[in-house]
Amino acid sequence: MIMEKTKREGSVIFSEYKRGEGIKAALGKKREDILLELRESKIKGRGGAGFPTATKWMVVAASTAEIKYVICNADEGEPGTFKDRVLLVDYPELVFDGMVIAGYTIGASRGIVYLRGEYEYVRKPLEDYLESMRKDNLLGNNILGKDGFDFDITIRMGSGAYICGEETALIESLEGNRGEARNKPPYPVNTGFFGRPTVVNNVETLAAVSHILVKGGDWFRQHGTDKSTGSKLFSISGDCEKPGVYELPWGTKLSEILFLVGAKNTKAIQVGGASGICLNKTQFDRTLAYEDAATGGSIMIFNESRNMIHILKNFMEFFVEESCGQCTPCRIGNVKLLEGVKMIQSGEYTFDYIEKLIDLGRTMQVASKCGLGQSSPNPFISILENFKDEIFNGNGGYNG
Amino acid sequence: MDSRKDYRAPLSQQPLTIEKPTDLTAIGGTITVEINEKKVVVPLGTTILDACKMAGISIPTLCHHEDLCIAGVCRICVVEVEGMRTLQASCAFPITAPIKIKTSTPMVRKARRHIIDLMLSEHYGECYSCVRNGNCELQNLAKEYGVDGYTFGHVDKPRYEIDRSSYAVIRDMSKCILCKRCVRTCIDLQEVGVLESIGRGDMTHISTFLEKPLSDVICINCGQCINRCPTAALRANDPSDEIWRAIDDPKKHVVIQTAPSPRAAICEEFGMEAGTSLTQELNTALKRIGFDKVFDTNFTADLTIIEEGTELIIRLYKALVGKDASVSLPQFTSCSPGWVKYLEHYYPEYLDNLSSAKSPQQMFGSLIKTFYAQKNGVNPEDIVSVALMPCSAKKFECNRPEMADSGYKDVDYGLTTREMAKMIKEAGINLPEMPKSHFDDPFGEASGAGLIFGATGGVMEAAIRTIVEFITGAKAEDIFANANVVDVRGFDGIKYMEIPLGDKFGPVPGLIAHLVPNWDWLKGATLKVAVAHGTANAKKVMDDIKAGGKFSECHFIEFMACPGGCLGGGGQPIPTTPEIRMKRAQAIYAEDESLELRKSHENPHITKIYEEFLTEGPCSHLSHKLLHTHYVKRGKYII
Repeated sequence: MIMEKTKREGSVIFSEYKRGEGIKAALGKKREDILLELRESKIKGRGGAGFPTATKWMVVAASTAEIKYVICNADEGEPGTFKDRVLLVDYPELVFDGMVIAGYTIGASRGIVYLRGEYEYVRKPLEDYLESMRKDNLLGNNILGKDGFDFDITIRMGSGAYICGEETALIESLEGNRGEARNKPPYPVNTGFFGRPTVVNNVETLAAVSHILVKGGDWFRQHGTDKSTGSKLFSISGDCEKPGVYELPWGTKLSEILFLVGAKNTKAIQVGGASGICLNKTQFDRTLAYEDAATGGSIMIFNESRNMIHILKNFMEFFVEESCGQCTPCRIGNVKLLEGVKMIQSGEYTFDYIEKLIDLGRTMQVASKCGLGQSSPNPFISILENFKDEIFNGNGGYNG
Repeated sequence: MDSRKDYRAPLSQQPLTIEKPTDLTAIGGTITVEINEKKVVVPLGTTILDACKMAGISIPTLCHHEDLCIAGVCRICVVEVEGMRTLQASCAFPITAPIKIKTSTPMVRKARRHIIDLMLSEHYGECYSCVRNGNCELQNLAKEYGVDGYTFGHVDKPRYEIDRSSYAVIRDMSKCILCKRCVRTCIDLQEVGVLESIGRGDMTHISTFLEKPLSDVICINCGQCINRCPTAALRANDPSDEIWRAIDDPKKHVVIQTAPSPRAAICEEFGMEAGTSLTQELNTALKRIGFDKVFDTNFTADLTIIEEGTELIIRLYKALVGKDASVSLPQFTSCSPGWVKYLEHYYPEYLDNLSSAKSPQQMFGSLIKTFYAQKNGVNPEDIVSVALMPCSAKKFECNRPEMADSGYKDVDYGLTTREMAKMIKEAGINLPEMPKSHFDDPFGEASGAGLIFGATGGVMEAAIRTIVEFITGAKAEDIFANANVVDVRGFDGIKYMEIPLGDKFGPVPGLIAHLVPNWDWLKGATLKVAVAHGTANAKKVMDDIKAGGKFSECHFIEFMACPGGCLGGGGQPIPTTPEIRMKRAQAIYAEDESLELRKSHENPHITKIYEEFLTEGPCSHLSHKLLHTHYVKRGKYII
């Protein structure tokens, strides 16, 4: 519809699906049964944090509040991810159906898509798509003849702040405020958008839910590993011949991915975007899974021509700029880590001080207010640890 | 768990206010938690911080403030909660499950130390050259945690230019640690909303609309942000050097008037428990410092009651008897310059409701350079008139261009309690040890009614004591036990009271008897009054008036910009908490009760000034020239 639809291969997300199928299946079930089905599937959030979706929905479904919300987190701000865009552009039926299913299950009548500011060009086609859904009574009042089930979706634009991908900062932004993470608890499931119980799900999670409703939790669980069920969309970029969005089951080894995308002379893989961890050659047999190398989808491949300290500097500059600036560990901590990177580049450092910075990074991981500051030291710690020979022995050169 | 009841913009600085449960049955009981392996029973929903307080365990805090909603941004109060991967900010964590808390593990201690180190690395300046030296929360924490060096470096240049544009508040953002107390004070506590976070990441800083200087935005100068700033990022504009120069200049005749609230609070600056009045000790200290005369602002507070009360009677007569639709009611008090500027910005259409009577400070200012100068044969040009105030907005007020009715700048300097304490210390005087002495003539001692102007409800109580006696001829003591009008006292945000005037009348005293042809119209009338303190409460009352609600039927409303009234003013000693303000109020009311003279109209010096100087009586031509003023329609936009 938006662009020429590329035929994509995949056993779960990219498997056959007809618009409205999931909604139809959901409306034929009792709400409790949908929650049980989701629990059966063991699906966890696809945005990166990996919170069990069924649990999230159950809390909101159990709330007696009159007004509840479903929010689709389409901020997709993590450097190196672009799979949500593919879903929104080529498979909007999966995402929107998932939102309607969520609305039905938890008892919400309003859904909001928080769309990444840079995806402005997707907005119009999506609005048109929603309009066509309204025509087919997949949105609106008494959806598909189900008495009393009203649900509609609006699209709201982000403005380019990375922090607004964090669910509570996203809600603040939606409310018209400065994008800053809230204190948790209480979580959005209790006190979300304008204080109402709110489900915030990643685009891909909602898409997966649509499939689960049609094909069942059992079917979903057959893919992936025991703890990481289903398959995952990976946004693979960097030094390889065939970058792009791939659907692969959880449990896939990094080395398999390298083969699949035609990566040669790979030196490092950054798993999970800027806030993820960077692995070296000895770690390429690790698997992509919540229990091993977890990721919201971003995989960046670096070959031997890359300078690790440059890469690290790039990441840290990103965090210094993108921290929302409210909590001390993240706002100032990232500045200090970046200073450390520059010291290493100039050669004016002591190991003692670098140790102190790593220690500081560990504090940031536990003391920051939200996921941003808790994960921003990841590249610092993992690159210095996994590439210390290159960085500290001068083999890769850090003066250029 | 819908705890966000009030959806007003901007809410960003108000993440999820967790209300402290007071009534255990109402919130569903208590819960047992383990703190450092000790079991503690707390009400459900208590924050970890409060639970620790109950258990006698101290947790360091910076962004937390008792008057403000929760922020959870400084992270200094983090603790370990068993089963949670990350540390939790104890100020922001409501207890809803039987959790196990540890407050002093290696991870917690290291995190706190790191956070202090990080703050110090970006906190510009050195303690010994800082106005908050010795009373700085960051300094205290550094001491508590044994910081002996700058682990992560220290800025050697200021990052931001100091904003000295305001008469009242100086902003030095290089010292800011971004606790956002000022933001929450301005937006939530006062609902003025001048300060906000601007920029992201390491560019984050607190600033104003379009980063304009403070003088060019709708700041009301209340200084509440200063009182809650943990460092010296916000401080008052200190004129003490100029005052020293005047004192040292033999040609200058330097007089000082002292407001009621500083006396009840200055003890705190000398290490004493809050709530000790040092009125007469202060008189002696001021004389020893070198002030030529020390006057009591309460005298013009008494005068304010006469002028403002008279104005009220005239307004009521015109409106109720003369059916004059142009008369604005209810009449608003005008003593609080923060409130006045708030009204000028936010409700300029209600300026006619504001009493035209000047504040006591400004009344005194014009009397000193006219009446006093004549009487004592001093050239007003040589008089330097200082006002010791609990207030930062008074600094702005005395610089208003219209405040020069004496022909000179009526009040030259507004000095805060903090700055006065500094001057006293600088002069080598230990205030609590001073012998006692009286205020100087020709104004002498004033009444208790003037004194209680310092507490919220005080102006109203003073006015009621006088008005009921003027009109009914009865004694205030016969109507209110011990003449204490308790209904307008206390720290409830908004207070309302009806006073039936009854049928027994007069005689109305000569001072005002001539104002209206007859007084029968007040027979059986009920006077409706209200009191609001803190501009957030003022806003509620104003919005109710706008909507034609209960307060629009009031006759007289007292507004104070600061929570607690003047005793909680922006020039008062730091810190401020509800408890400290309560103690200051107790000191003020206790001093009032100890006085013989407790009604403004009974003050013999007031009678004298109307006999000798303002001979045409209250609200006459001369009094209008010297004691009344006009206001500026400012609106929300400043050019």
